[in-house]
Amino acid sequence: MKDDIIIRVISNLLIPFIQLYALYVLAHGDLGPGGGFQGGVIFASSIILYVLVYGIDEGRKRSHQKITDVLNSIGVMIYGGIGVVCLFFGGYYLQYGKLPLGDLKHASHLGIYGIEIGVEVTVAAVMVTIFFEMAGRKND
Amino acid sequence: MIDFILLFFLVICAIAAIRMKDLLSTVIILGAYSLIMAVVWTRMNAVDVAFTEASVGAGITTVLLIAALSRTQRGEENGQRSQVRVQGSLNAHSIISLIVVFVTGAVLVYGTLDMPDYGDPNAPSHHHVAPRYIKEPLEESGVINMVTALLANYRGYDTLGETTVIFTSGISVILLLRRKMQQ
Amino acid sequence: MIEIIIGKYNYWIYITLMMIGFYAMIAKGNLIKKIIGMNIFQTAVILFYISTGKVWGGTAPILWDKAVIYDNPIPHVLMLTAIVVSVGTTAVAIAIVIRIYKEYGTMEEDAILEIERKQAEELRKGNTGQREI
Repeated sequence: MKDDIIIRVISNLLIPFIQLYALYVLAHGDLGPGGGFQGGVIFASSIILYVLVYGIDEGRKRSHQKITDVLNSIGVMIYGGIGVVCLFFGGYYLQYGKLPLGDLKHASHLGIYGIEIGVEVTVAAVMVTIFFEMAGRKND
Repeated sequence: MIDFILLFFLVICAIAAIRMKDLLSTVIILGAYSLIMAVVWTRMNAVDVAFTEASVGAGITTVLLIAALSRTQRGEENGQRSQVRVQGSLNAHSIISLIVVFVTGAVLVYGTLDMPDYGDPNAPSHHHVAPRYIKEPLEESGVINMVTALLANYRGYDTLGETTVIFTSGISVILLLRRKMQQ
Repeated sequence: MIEIIIGKYNYWIYITLMMIGFYAMIAKGNLIKKIIGMNIFQTAVILFYISTGKVWGGTAPILWDKAVIYDNPIPHVLMLTAIVVSVGTTAVAIAIVIRIYKEYGTMEEDAILEIERKQAEELRKGNTGQREI
């Protein structure tokens, strides 16, 4: 499909905006609908669009297998890690109020942001991984 | 009125999706089904859930099913290899399945006779914990979207489990489908 | 009688959708049709739960100055997790179907059971010929 000039030009224009929209959905998750999970899926769909236009080998060069393998687990570690950090400051597991980032309201708000970032990283990496595993050649 | 038309289209899409022989058409009709479901949920004011279903159901599931079809075959076989059953005809297997489905449906309909009406403000599910969940997130964390505040603050363990489930499904697909890398 | 039908017909439509998905799961022979039936069943169950959260005259569960009454946000939270789990389950099921196709060369349930039966018979015949008493 990369010989077709319309598809190539339009997807080159759109892919950065799709990724920016994914980050927007993540950042405004507490002001409107959205959040970590939706942002992660939209980010993964931008990479899937790139693979559909340019082929699997080109797509693999842009998102190396080792990097997505590591990013799979970093999101869950961020989530669990925030919980353990709350344990160090005297609260329960995942009690964001005890983090030393200001008063109760600000600490809870920042804790919620940290968790949503963890969820987005894991979801985007896992969706990209599953797509690459399933889209091999027919006689693989 | 528009709700009724949307639900009618949902049932038509579901019946059409399972009766087609060409699997690619089935997958595309499933994508349309997901989209109409997202519109129905927006009409019910469930905006977060509609966003998730539109991006996941009409996006990721359709793409994954088409990728699966490219690795296997596209048409449903007509019973040429098996002598046991011819597809699409009424034989014992289909009739017993229909009876089981009707009995289950009748039992479920009998169970809904006790449920509160659609949109009833006096339903017991709106009076126990929901008033507290509507008032408190703004004072405690300054987050305006109640669903995100509930997911991350009051039901944080559920979200941790959900993230672990996604991670586990990613690992399972890697274990099932990855070959050794060529040196 | 008429009040019962008018008050509860929406639940009956959701149950119809669930039963369509259920029928696809148990009566169709193709493995991908079974996965599609599972997906229809799951989304119909989620629709059923979200319909219990609606309140007449309520708005979306996002804080707003002009709102008087809000919808119940608890079913939305639980069903968000359910949608995520359904995606994970569908992905693993598709991976298993791809492996089954690589092994047996077909995706119909009857043909796979035939091949298994023939393999078991040949194994039994081979064992009987070599057993020494």
